[in-house]
Amino acid sequence: MTQSVVVQVGQCGNQIGCCFWDLALREHAAVNQVPARSHEPPRLSARVVGDGGSISKGKICSLKARAVLIDMEEGVVNEILQGPLRDVFDTKQLITDISGSGNNWAVGHRVFGSLYQDQVLEKLRKSAEHCDCLQCFFIIHSMGGGTGSGLGTFLLKMLEDEFPEVYRFVTSIYPSGEDDVITSPYNSILAMKELNEHADCVLPIDNQSLFDIISKIDLMVNSGKLGTTVKPKSLVTSSSGALKTRHQKPFDAMNNIVANLLLNLTSSARFEGSLNMDLNEISMNLVPFPQLHYLVSSLTPLYTLTDVNIPPRRLDQMFSDAFSKDHQLLRADPKHSLYLACALMVRGNVQISDLRRNIERLKPSLQFVSWNQEGWKTSLCSIPPVGHSHSLLALANNTCVKPTFMELKERFMRLYKKKAHLHHYLQVEGMEESCFTEAVSSLSALIQEYNQLDATKNMPVQDLPRLSIAM
Amino acid sequence: MSIVTVQLGQCGNQIGFEVFDALLRDSQSSHGLCCKRENEAYQASCKERFFSEEENGVPVARAVLVDMEPKVINQTLSKAAQSGRWKYGQHACFCQKQGSGNNWAYGYSVHGPRHEESIMNLIRKEVEKCDSFSGFFIIMSMAGGTGSGIGAFVTQNLQDQYSNSLKMNQIIWPYGTGEVIVQNYNSILTLSHLYRSSDALLVHENDAVHKICAKLMNIKQISFSDINQVLAHQLGSVFQPTYSAESSFHYRRNPLGDLMEHLVPHPEFKMLSVRNVPHMSENSLAYSTFTWAGLLKHLRQMLISNAKMEEGIDWHVRPPSSGLPSLGKKSLNKDLHFNTSIANLVILRGKDVQSADVGKKFRAYIHQYTKFGIEEEDFLDSFTSLEQVVASYCNL
Repeated sequence: MTQSVVVQVGQCGNQIGCCFWDLALREHAAVNQVPARSHEPPRLSARVVGDGGSISKGKICSLKARAVLIDMEEGVVNEILQGPLRDVFDTKQLITDISGSGNNWAVGHRVFGSLYQDQVLEKLRKSAEHCDCLQCFFIIHSMGGGTGSGLGTFLLKMLEDEFPEVYRFVTSIYPSGEDDVITSPYNSILAMKELNEHADCVLPIDNQSLFDIISKIDLMVNSGKLGTTVKPKSLVTSSSGALKTRHQKPFDAMNNIVANLLLNLTSSARFEGSLNMDLNEISMNLVPFPQLHYLVSSLTPLYTLTDVNIPPRRLDQMFSDAFSKDHQLLRADPKHSLYLACALMVRGNVQISDLRRNIERLKPSLQFVSWNQEGWKTSLCSIPPVGHSHSLLALANNTCVKPTFMELKERFMRLYKKKAHLHHYLQVEGMEESCFTEAVSSLSALIQEYNQLDATKNMPVQDLPRLSIAM
Repeated sequence: MSIVTVQLGQCGNQIGFEVFDALLRDSQSSHGLCCKRENEAYQASCKERFFSEEENGVPVARAVLVDMEPKVINQTLSKAAQSGRWKYGQHACFCQKQGSGNNWAYGYSVHGPRHEESIMNLIRKEVEKCDSFSGFFIIMSMAGGTGSGIGAFVTQNLQDQYSNSLKMNQIIWPYGTGEVIVQNYNSILTLSHLYRSSDALLVHENDAVHKICAKLMNIKQISFSDINQVLAHQLGSVFQPTYSAESSFHYRRNPLGDLMEHLVPHPEFKMLSVRNVPHMSENSLAYSTFTWAGLLKHLRQMLISNAKMEEGIDWHVRPPSSGLPSLGKKSLNKDLHFNTSIANLVILRGKDVQSADVGKKFRAYIHQYTKFGIEEEDFLDSFTSLEQVVASYCNL
């Protein structure tokens, strides 16, 4: 069984990470409550992300998370350590500083990067040593801030040099339109250059979409329509049963969605199923060209209704929802853009015929690139997530990420033309204007690639001549 | 004479389990219409072919299980042990921790050479346990990384080391609408390599078996275990002991040899398919009766019209060709047939070659393969050899 290490950087990264570990423990506890048949080894799903666990009296003790927590100011990490999850993290896995990066990518990347390079490397090596077979690093960070975006992307280069064979999956929270950090376009574009070059796979998410999803759920829960009472535990946003009983903070619900995403991504690697899909297969199947590694994700269902009398058209509905733009974790509309590849990871009691039927049903309404007309990757995992009977995670490599990038570039150019706030960055040693221009050109090149693919969208499929053989 | 089975990858292992289960269940079933002595002879022959005897009487399958990640093998081993009627050898499996990631190049160029010695050792041990060894039966899929990549590598090794024994590869053709995105690449590379090193390729398509499950067996929610069971049923029909035409008192001693003798007349034409009648769910069995004449008629119809099952035959007839091998005295009818329908299969799948070609033109995913040493020339080689196969079949 392979292991993954989670690296959480910055305030955003650490808060999401906290929700992630909470959910992982809940899932582990739920799965292991069902007594395993005597000759079967206990499902050591937690070993994938945790180390040395043992279960006594139904509570999990001495399970240590395979995680490294990094933040340049102490507030968030301290809060985690004082909360109920303190036993899960090893205190030696933390790196903190006092002053923070001040929403400045350059400070995070250059100043703290060089300052903490050795320490970070040591912690990462330590975690890697505890692993039998390390397969993947999950990096969680935001793009708009200073630490998450600057130091987080500095780590990527380091990981690539130090552990070239280990995959780097990055979950990036992109700044939404009404973002409260003014320099977020600078930070994001500078970070994007690093993501382009050093990440294996990026899952872009933005706050606005998460917020929309939450509103939709709230509407559903509070609408009071007949037969729509929702099982509380099943809300993808719920923290019920959580180890911590703290006040619900506004970002909690949104962070839970991302935590669910990460758990579902690794579910097929941790649990058994009739068609397994490991993490290396995600990269293999969904990344046709090394630069185009941005995957739009969508999670369904968002809740389960308690009324069991509702007939099971749920399953087909789940598949349709996965492709609607309301369920995407990024502001994007994949249905109207070009698909390069699509992966469907199903959990729970769903069989191959259901999967086939739904793919046949949905295919006509989706446009795939001409050389990958059947670009579907499917996987079936038998264990559903907590509170649901089945769930679906759809990952799409789709040109609909282009508008997000173009918008980001526009916001950047608006600031950059006036050279606003630039001096904060240029004050940092090693930063010059060329860094900015390089970053923008790297992004432009990426957008251009997507444009080229879009141009082939409505062209008829060419029939290439077959190789002729002399008999 | 005994057959050693090598199960590769998730698909291979899941199917392999069902095959052994079906074989043993059939041989021990009490439905037989023959006398007791016959039944015992049949049981003994079947057991000797696929199982070896252990001290406490539980038959141990003559199989080697290979996979690059542990989950499926653990499941398979425990399912077999659970049934109580048979099991796999404790040391007959080889697994690693990290899978092949659906990458043929990774399976063939990295995992293969790295673990060559251990895998070949395991196979050798199984072969040594056999009193008289007939050949290898290798079960693998074409779409994934382990089954296809390591399968091609192992078959090549077996060709080198056991050049006198016969190898039949059971390959699973993936669903047309995609299970794995790079399945076209993996399939092309596998087929071209297997064509050089294997003696016969028995092809099963997921699409066809799925249809059988849906139409004939009336299963509403088809799962992979249903599909595997139908496959096992078909394979069982192929491999169970049969009488030969000459003497009707002894079971055939050399199943693989006899099959190949009749079905693979020329090394250029190696692809085989199976047509099996009847297929139906256990529930309807009690309400149906069969006669040999009826079954044979159905089978002939299926062959002429190139259909995979009794229902829904499309009657655009093409001229039939080579003859049928002799059938055995069994309760089920099977026919292992090699004819121009396979050519059509290969041509249809030539479409797959073409789509792989198109993909390659745009250089999609190539970087994943070149990472592990498969260059574009290798792809070109594979395309050429397969085009040659298609052309040969077309010429028939």
